Amino acid sequence: MTTLAEESGPVDDAELLVEFERMIADESRIEPRDWMPDAYRRTLVRQIAQHAHSEIIGMQPEGNWITRAPSLRRKAILIAKVQDEAGHGLYLYSAAETLGVDRSELLELLDGGRQKYSSIFNYPTLTWADVGAVGWLVDGAAITNQVPITRCSYGPYARAMVRICKEESFHQRQGFEILHTLSHGTPEQHAMAQDAVDRWWWPALMMFGPPDAQSPNSAQSMAWGIKRFSNDELRQRFVDMTVPQAQVLGLTLPDAALQLDDESGHYTYGPIDWDEFYRVVAGAGPCNAERITHHRRARADGAWVREAAAAYAAKHADNIHRISQLTGDAPDPVAMEAAP
Amino acid sequence: MTDLEDAGGVKGATASRAAAPSSTPHDWPLWEVFVRGRRGLDHTHVGSLHAPDAQLALRNARDVYTRRQEGVSIWVVRASDITATSPQERDPFFDPAADKVYRHPTFYTVPAEAKHL
Repeated sequence: MTTLAEESGPVDDAELLVEFERMIADESRIEPRDWMPDAYRRTLVRQIAQHAHSEIIGMQPEGNWITRAPSLRRKAILIAKVQDEAGHGLYLYSAAETLGVDRSELLELLDGGRQKYSSIFNYPTLTWADVGAVGWLVDGAAITNQVPITRCSYGPYARAMVRICKEESFHQRQGFEILHTLSHGTPEQHAMAQDAVDRWWWPALMMFGPPDAQSPNSAQSMAWGIKRFSNDELRQRFVDMTVPQAQVLGLTLPDAALQLDDESGHYTYGPIDWDEFYRVVAGAGPCNAERITHHRRARADGAWVREAAAAYAAKHADNIHRISQLTGDAPDPVAMEAAP
Repeated sequence: MTDLEDAGGVKGATASRAAAPSSTPHDWPLWEVFVRGRRGLDHTHVGSLHAPDAQLALRNARDVYTRRQEGVSIWVVRASDITATSPQERDPFFDPAADKVYRHPTFYTVPAEAKHL
């Protein structure tokens, strides 16, 4: 984007920082052309990129079931959902690009293992019921995380999140519907639904990140208005919404300590295995290597499509150039259309 | 504006441009104007104007479209740089989304007692 050169003289960083802090304090929004501290920009790039990577890597565990969906209806829905995830990735990469980075650069960092995606996608989808559990629990946790980001201090990220949240609610409902159907089906189907929920419950709780005491960057993100609630607050909100839903599903959650605390009105839950979390983040999850290998392969396999599109565009532009030289006139859009 | 299917309007504009002597307003390209009403909102198309270059297009857009503080940011884009779908093609172009009602949450039946879904 080209912008007008400002006529005013240089302003020093201290002054700009005061203005930035004032906007944050006023709950105003920071927009791409505004001055912002380097650390704010870096934090946003890292978070938005990680979020974008999660959307596209998240296509894999579900895409895995498209060819084996139990009915045409389920298959069409699953395709639509995986397509949505690709779209969400695009919204987020675009938001990241407003901060001065390039999407291909971010994809290199992902493939090189230097940027992360949500650790939840390092778990496998073993049965059809997993597609239901992912929709209900993983998308449910993601929505809980994402709704507050619609009020993030950075405008393009907040706006992308409004679109995404609107689309996510179909994702969670289709997951719930799959599990509800299985849970009320044959004993085998019920057992399959229960098994999937047993495997996905704890990783879903880990999606909110480490406990507040071990989350050093949270305070700064909260001060900047990027994050609105702490990891533990969001996790609690998710548990409180989800436990009653499990009862409606007729499924149990794999936590003997789970119970309603009458005094606070919140559900208390058992200890989370953070060793497992850090192990998976560090790369030792069941599917870490598979996810990145698949992503690299998909990018390489799709390269010819991008090359063909670029070659076609170049040829088209060439023809327009030749026509304008022949007529000595500005390119005529009608001739552009006629150009082979 | 470049139309995907029917560039009649643009052709007309080219013809009038060729006929007019240079450095008159007839010769000036058309700019589409987008205004951000306040921080946090998207830029929205508000109209267009003629101007000889981007600088003047921005300044004139400020005077025409934000006289009453309607905006905090303005984009101007040469109309000829915009590629648009054609009204005639609207139906076939957008049809593929019409039979995919399952993209909406209301497609799914959820028991009444299930909250927050």
